[in-house]
Amino acid sequence: MNNKVKKRLYFFLVSIITALIIGKFIFDSLKVNSVYFFSPTDLKNTTEIPNGVIRIGGMVKVESLKKKGNQYSFIVTDFKNEILVNYSGIKPNLFEEGQGAVVEGKLNTRTNFVATKILAKHDENYMPKEVADALKKTGNWKKNYGK
Amino acid sequence: MLNLFNSKNFKNFHDDYLYWIKIFFLTLVIFGLIISLFVSPADYLQGDTVRIMYVHVPASWLALQIFAVMGICGFISLIFKTRIFTLIAKSIAPIGFTFSLISLFTGSIWGQPTWGTFWTWDARLTSMLVLVIFYIIYISSWKIISKFHLAEKLTSIVSLIGLANLPIIKFSVEWWNTLHQPATIKFTESSSIHPTMLTPLLIMFIAFLSFSIIIFLIRFKLESLNLKINTKR
Repeated sequence: MNNKVKKRLYFFLVSIITALIIGKFIFDSLKVNSVYFFSPTDLKNTTEIPNGVIRIGGMVKVESLKKKGNQYSFIVTDFKNEILVNYSGIKPNLFEEGQGAVVEGKLNTRTNFVATKILAKHDENYMPKEVADALKKTGNWKKNYGK
Repeated sequence: MLNLFNSKNFKNFHDDYLYWIKIFFLTLVIFGLIISLFVSPADYLQGDTVRIMYVHVPASWLALQIFAVMGICGFISLIFKTRIFTLIAKSIAPIGFTFSLISLFTGSIWGQPTWGTFWTWDARLTSMLVLVIFYIIYISSWKIISKFHLAEKLTSIVSLIGLANLPIIKFSVEWWNTLHQPATIKFTESSSIHPTMLTPLLIMFIAFLSFSIIIFLIRFKLESLNLKINTKR
């Protein structure tokens, strides 16, 4: 390696290290501020109730979904804490009990949420219907899949 | 090995093998499309919407991998001043740009029936949009800057900065709460996808990869001839 290449390499290394340090700071602040959704437990732990539009994510509790016209009420849970959600409008196809969901809206009280938008969360599992049925039959369903 | 990076040998590679790669690509893409659109089963939850994945996932992978190659090429051409790496990066940039657009587009037409929205500002989607913007900056700086040496330097720096975005895209689904699901195919654990769906996905990936190689070889020849003309003038 000649001198010029060495010089450029050093310059590059120094700038990479500075960039990494700056990046670390940006990243740390992003990790706190850029929450796409809160879990019910997160909300319980906050000291003040956020009053703007927020999102809550979790599992739609089984047997909690009630429908009246296009009015829906259901419980979003993260298996530690839960929150009651009211929503009026059209629900996405994949929005079901026992599936993940993200709801957008405002908190009424600490345990009551009025949603203006529902998003169904899809997990990373892909399988044919026959396989899913077979898994349900043998009792292996939701052991490894559909966390 | 270093002989391959002699630009003349690289161009000859184009002439010798392009025909066969084209045939390879055509067979794979026809085969892959038939399997993914007709033979492979519908998903237990999404139904036929899952077939969008066979285009979406390979396109996203390639969009990321191509930018990674561009970043590495940018590094080599900045430090060691090897012109051929600049040309490699320049010729693959539009391929990656196209794939990133395909990824965003197919993602949003999948997101509408599945999530209930075309677009949302979660970490994965936003960082992917940032990648598209990096591609746009990279390609347009080649177009705007007329001096080759200056453009070479600037675009290399752009690709290096953009490199930092790649781990953010990859790990955004683990670091933050996102609407986008985590990776299905993992290197360390077993994948959470059924083999009947994994096979068409991999075939489509190899087809897209060979398509990128075809376009790369054509564009590389073009770029190196362009450079020759411009330096003579």
